[in-house]
Amino acid sequence: MGVLFQLAAYGCGLLTIAVLVMMFQLGRPLFVDGQFFSLLSQVWQPGQQLYGIYPMIIGSIRISFLALALSFPVSLGTAFLAAGLAPRPMQRWVLAMVRLMAGIPTVVYGFVAIFLLVPLVREHVSRGSGLNILTASLVLAVLIAPTMVVFFVNGLRGVDQSYCRATDALGATAVQRLLYLQLPQGWPTIVSGVIMGLGRAMGDTLVSLMVAGNSIGVPTSIVDSARTLTAHIALVIAADFASMEFASIFACGLVLYLFTMAVVIGLRMLVHLRTGSDR
Amino acid sequence: MRTLLEKSVPLLAWAGFTVLAGALAAILGYIVMRSWAVLHLSLLFGDVAPIDAIFLRHPVFDGLFPAVAGTFLLVLIAVLLAVPVGMAAGIYLAEYAGYRMKSCLSLLFDILAGLPSVVVGLAGFSLTILLHKVFPGKIGPCLLLSALALCFLILPYLIRTTQTALESVPLSLRQTAPALGATKLQNICKVLLPSKLTDILGGIILAVGRAAEDTAVIMLTGVVASAGIPRSLFEQFEALPFYIYYISSQYTNAEELQTGFGAAMLLLVLCGILFLLAFFTQQTLSRHFRR
Repeated sequence: MGVLFQLAAYGCGLLTIAVLVMMFQLGRPLFVDGQFFSLLSQVWQPGQQLYGIYPMIIGSIRISFLALALSFPVSLGTAFLAAGLAPRPMQRWVLAMVRLMAGIPTVVYGFVAIFLLVPLVREHVSRGSGLNILTASLVLAVLIAPTMVVFFVNGLRGVDQSYCRATDALGATAVQRLLYLQLPQGWPTIVSGVIMGLGRAMGDTLVSLMVAGNSIGVPTSIVDSARTLTAHIALVIAADFASMEFASIFACGLVLYLFTMAVVIGLRMLVHLRTGSDR
Repeated sequence: MRTLLEKSVPLLAWAGFTVLAGALAAILGYIVMRSWAVLHLSLLFGDVAPIDAIFLRHPVFDGLFPAVAGTFLLVLIAVLLAVPVGMAAGIYLAEYAGYRMKSCLSLLFDILAGLPSVVVGLAGFSLTILLHKVFPGKIGPCLLLSALALCFLILPYLIRTTQTALESVPLSLRQTAPALGATKLQNICKVLLPSKLTDILGGIILAVGRAAEDTAVIMLTGVVASAGIPRSLFEQFEALPFYIYYISSQYTNAEELQTGFGAAMLLLVLCGILFLLAFFTQQTLSRHFRR
């Protein structure tokens, strides 16, 4: 029986590696004379045999960082309420609301955004279709907020109770306790939350596919339409398995894979930092 | 300066919360408002009598029943595939693995958990192509491959839930059965797992929710807009989240759009129920154990 458990665990571990290997295998045309790296910096113009994913990389980065910038203050504020500023019974309700938001399917966020947010953006902010970086970032900001709030609250509440009692005994207000005790003490978890939020924004497919417009140019402003790496994978279904167009989706997949690895390793280093500083 | 900061922080906090709560209210309110008119049985079954539809005596053409049935079958297969493997791997990680193996494997599982679902879908798609090369003409995008890819997606959650549940068993309980002569396996199956059953169950329910809402994975591995109810594992199928996505870009008239809102409401309620279920399962456990 123990062997079966071991087999299952090794199998799942191998799965992670197999995902990478399969992408290498099918994206083989990419690795003939260093094309992978030139693909990262080229534009996408199939008419001229250019299948670069540079516009998608820029699109992904712009959308997710803007979403993060929009979501951070909102999430931090909500976490402040849930971790001390709001009256006790309300703290629970705030957390319940955040959990509920985490349970809303991504596709529903996208669907509502198309019919509710896109017309607003179209009329008041940009001309054209209303499908652009700003719209996608606004939706993603709401989408990643629950993840970040949960991390922030854990970080802020994770402070040793004796410290909290000490600040209370010194006459500190709830705001002072948050600012000068809980925030400085909980920052590694807060940074983890930000990284997780970025990861979710970067990895989300449906919202950017539905409301970012999917144009293939390099976006120059936040009201430009853009295509993300994830949306590119979902959009390109080429019939010719040996073509560069087909291989380009595996280039996107590899970039996203490497990004995930960086996120996971970054989070681990943060945890080590935290446990290291405790010693 | 300090007092200014201290005064502005509550303001920021309440403003942030108001924005978030407002967004949630807008999303929920809008869906309820737009789908209210279509929320009755004909949304699911069209003109066909529900009994006939459920027992497959009559195909449903203008209702959501095939999509709901597709999602149900898909999630069922994915969870049946993932739960035994995920729990076994979780048990290995918590009870058997040595320190080095454990940190190596959990790094791999963390990466798997962090992969965007579209990359998992791409892996499923690659698998389809490779299988197609091995068995030409026999295997294409289908229900089984979609379920397999979804299983990859939820595996890391199941592993992590099982592992943390087992590791949180208090030492006193952990050592009781071995002290009475139980083997390691008996201890795991009869003491450790039952004591954390609700925790693990909550994790499984959450995994079901994740599998039910995911769209990117199935988009690349076999879902189609109209297929009816699949009659075998090797057929293409419909699914609720994909239907919503499809309607958002391809609707031709107001009626179809209404059905789309109805589908969004249905998926929302389904995921909401799963979430509440998971939440209360885990809550009752922690209360039960504190006594």
